[in-house]
Amino acid sequence: MAAASRPLATPAPVAEPAVRRVRQALSRDDLLMRAGLGLLALWLALTVVLPLRALLEKAFEGPDGNFVGLANFETYLASPALSTSLTNSLLIASLSTVICVALAFGYAWALGRTCMPAKRLFEAIAAVPILAPSLLPAIALVYLFGNQGFARWALFGHSIYGPIGIVIGEVFWTFPHALIIVTTALSTADARLYEAAASLKASRARIFWTVTLPGARYGLVSASFVVFTLVITDFGVPKVIGGSFDVLAVDVYKQVVGQQNFRMGAVIGLVLLVPALLSFAVDRFARRRQSALLTSRAVPLEPKPDPLVDRIALLFCSLVAVAILVILGTAIFASFATFWPYDLRPSFKNYDFDNMDGGGWESYRNSLEMAGLTALFGTVIVFTGAWLVEKTRRFEAVRGIVQLTALLPLAIPGLVMGLGYIFFFVEPDNPFHFLYGSMAILVICTIAHFYSVAHLTAVTALKQLDPEFESVSASLKVPLWRTFLKVTVPVCLPAILAIALYFFVNAMTTVSAVVFLYSPRTQLASIAVLNMDDAGDIAPAAAMAVLIFATSATVRLLYGLATRRLLARTQAWRRR
Amino acid sequence: MVEALRRQERAAELSPAATGAVDAAPPHLRIRGLTKRFGKFTALDRIDLEVRRGEFVAFLGPSGCGKTTLLRAICGLDPPSEGTVEQDGCDVTALPVSARDFGIVFQSYALFPNLTIRANVGYGLAATGRPKAEIARRVDELLELVGLADQADKYPAQLSGGQQQRVALARALALRPGLLLLDEPLSALDARVRARLRGEIRDLQRRLGITTIMVTHDQEEALTMADRIVVMNRGRIEQVGTPDEVYARPATAFVADFIGKMNFLPGRLLAPDRVEVEGAELLFEPPLDFGPGALVTVCLRPEDVVVREVDRRPANRLTAEVGVMEFIGNHFQTTLHVPGTGLDISADLSINAVRDLGIRPGRTIPICLPPDRLRVFPEPPRPS
Ligand SMILES: Nc1ncnc2c1ncn2[C@@H]1O[C@H](COP(=O)(O)OP(=O)(O)O)[C@@H](O)[C@H]1O
Ligand SMILES: [Mg+2]
Repeated sequence: MAAASRPLATPAPVAEPAVRRVRQALSRDDLLMRAGLGLLALWLALTVVLPLRALLEKAFEGPDGNFVGLANFETYLASPALSTSLTNSLLIASLSTVICVALAFGYAWALGRTCMPAKRLFEAIAAVPILAPSLLPAIALVYLFGNQGFARWALFGHSIYGPIGIVIGEVFWTFPHALIIVTTALSTADARLYEAAASLKASRARIFWTVTLPGARYGLVSASFVVFTLVITDFGVPKVIGGSFDVLAVDVYKQVVGQQNFRMGAVIGLVLLVPALLSFAVDRFARRRQSALLTSRAVPLEPKPDPLVDRIALLFCSLVAVAILVILGTAIFASFATFWPYDLRPSFKNYDFDNMDGGGWESYRNSLEMAGLTALFGTVIVFTGAWLVEKTRRFEAVRGIVQLTALLPLAIPGLVMGLGYIFFFVEPDNPFHFLYGSMAILVICTIAHFYSVAHLTAVTALKQLDPEFESVSASLKVPLWRTFLKVTVPVCLPAILAIALYFFVNAMTTVSAVVFLYSPRTQLASIAVLNMDDAGDIAPAAAMAVLIFATSATVRLLYGLATRRLLARTQAWRRR
Repeated sequence: MVEALRRQERAAELSPAATGAVDAAPPHLRIRGLTKRFGKFTALDRIDLEVRRGEFVAFLGPSGCGKTTLLRAICGLDPPSEGTVEQDGCDVTALPVSARDFGIVFQSYALFPNLTIRANVGYGLAATGRPKAEIARRVDELLELVGLADQADKYPAQLSGGQQQRVALARALALRPGLLLLDEPLSALDARVRARLRGEIRDLQRRLGITTIMVTHDQEEALTMADRIVVMNRGRIEQVGTPDEVYARPATAFVADFIGKMNFLPGRLLAPDRVEVEGAELLFEPPLDFGPGALVTVCLRPEDVVVREVDRRPANRLTAEVGVMEFIGNHFQTTLHVPGTGLDISADLSINAVRDLGIRPGRTIPICLPPDRLRVFPEPPRPS
């Protein structure tokens, strides 16, 4: 013990050893994770980057496959019909955005800032449109306001076929997306700001204009761009209810599916990519700003009761909720009506899909299979991939590339993605050409299409874990994959289930990407809706859309039950 | 605490070993020229350090000085940019974490929330493929060791912070590592639990004889637990020494300031052992090898101001006016002013002395600033 008091700080050695940079040897864990990350990079290259490149090439290609520069774009701009579509698309998208974001803001504000009753119910109703394909509101609008619609008088002689119908349908379909973003933005408010404003005797209206709105401004910007992009790239609603009102997304569909003009399809696809990329950039920027607004010391806001305001909020939310339910209810009602509008007795006649065009019940089974496979493989790939990106030591370059590529699909409309897939996989010399027309390509494309949001969910969940789990594991000489399976996955199970649900619901309802990729053997329910509507079988189309909604809703319910069971079972170890 | 240190220090001074016996055993850990950069920022600058087998070493320094970085460089979690780390005579600098021999406890404990205490402690053992019965025996033994045998089937969230800390400790010890690393192991706990665990960890370390490095920013923790303290500042080592050494003989003004309370007085050297401070002339030892006129900092601990039997002291006797007296539990924190000079000193006077000598605010008393208690550093005081 006495010897311990001699300082041992050794003076620099006489002969200073040559300074050498330390390079840590790679452990087996490191090698495995790098290999996994490499595979993921390859996967993302094949399923995201290369199809996109194929689309780009196609847009600059002449009839005999040579590079023609901007010639295709010149042809496109010269055609008056196509530029009309551009104007129409911009008009529709702007109108829908303004209406949808305004409604979403009011709804989110009522939910977050007032003491109105039944908030949980209103939240549930607002999520309804996410569970249905975008074709459902369009079909319901036909029944409501179409030539035989029972509320046709409400349009004062205007036709629902055209801009009015498209905007209503799009607002319905994009409402939940906007609501989520605006709700998040509003929930980041700091109570102290409001208390300060109130202590200065600012009126409620003044507080709203000087504190609430500025606080949510990035959320509003973000929501606006997201809605704008969703609308301008959606073709389900305008296809069904657009009448002769042409928009870009439908043009792509017509060029490719109708006229087999792939080059022109690619050109319009690229045009659609512009607002999407812009929206992506703005959204990223806005989100960063928004999260900076919320400091860790911010105090969450507790709304105070105010009878008048609460009643107005309730009225407003009720109107929106009723509108959603009426649209959904109309579709359900019409699907069960024997022969609209003459014989409204309920029957299953419209669900007799096997006796109609559009693929029959087989298409529904295909959809279930596709959604199941997408949920399974998508969740495994996305979660493992996010874990590899987050937890691989060093290897910064590859991790950075993978992270970027994983976010890329967020900026690519489904339509563009689907086109890229055709161009990439249709090539006979592509070694993956055999996938063309298979169920696998639908699954792969859907996983790629919805990769980003799932990836971000996984990353968020992983970031909430203690970053030293892996350090502890390594110091105990436990292989990392073991810790991944024994700790990371169980702890992240709620997020993993949420990802699976997200994949399943989107795979059930999506039309945009897969519409270019299905084959007669792989008809899907959502496409059957489109085709039956096209063939004039509107009631069966409504029936199929309702069936898709019912399936998504059931799975959503099962998910709710599963997470509740899970939380109950694991609450011993979960801090809540 | 101060008294205990004083006693230890006396013992150390009397011990022959303290004056330079050679330690034959090779160190358990030898760190040479260790540098760590994050981009352009140098977090650790050419660190040299040796740690003996069975020793308890504390890395002490303000937040952000590089303690954690050094700990992680030693065990390979964040390998250094340059330099070497030898453990048991082998160069382990470039070895991956899993190929090394250490156990670690993090500030957050990083317990696996979905596993029971038993499974947490046995986590490393289960992966070795040993028989279940043997693992169970070892886990029981470890839980016994940290006094948690009755909590084995609970989950981490059901335990208190102090209990979680001990689970983390048991888990780190499960594979019988040769080196135990603790990163701020007590900082997440409240004061009472912290004080108790200090003793427990220290006892455990003694009993197992395991070489231990603990990172802390809490000087009291370092002073009471460690055999030796490595005081760090801005990525460099300021001083390495036993608790009494760094307390009583701080090697730099930084150490003097960081550990314990200290009077910082600006001075000018008159002779190698004489300094002028604010108009007062003081002797100090050991002498400094600087030219007269050099600006220096003179340091004196408040408790080293002598008020009893001042006339028996040979040097540095002064007369002081008593200013404010504040009663702090077991002593009076007193401000003293030496008339005719600019000298203001903070002194800790025992209750005894205050009573016996009738010290009251406003009175004038003789004081002595013992020459062997003055620390003089060849740098002017930093403006604070
Ligand atoms: N991964 C990193 N990247 C950049 N700077 C870092 C990183 N880790 C630590 N630092 C910086 O190195 C310095 C030392 O950090 P650290 O060792 O954690 O300090 P402490 O002594 O509080 O444990 C700090 O200034 C910190 O900001
Ligand atoms: Mg630290």
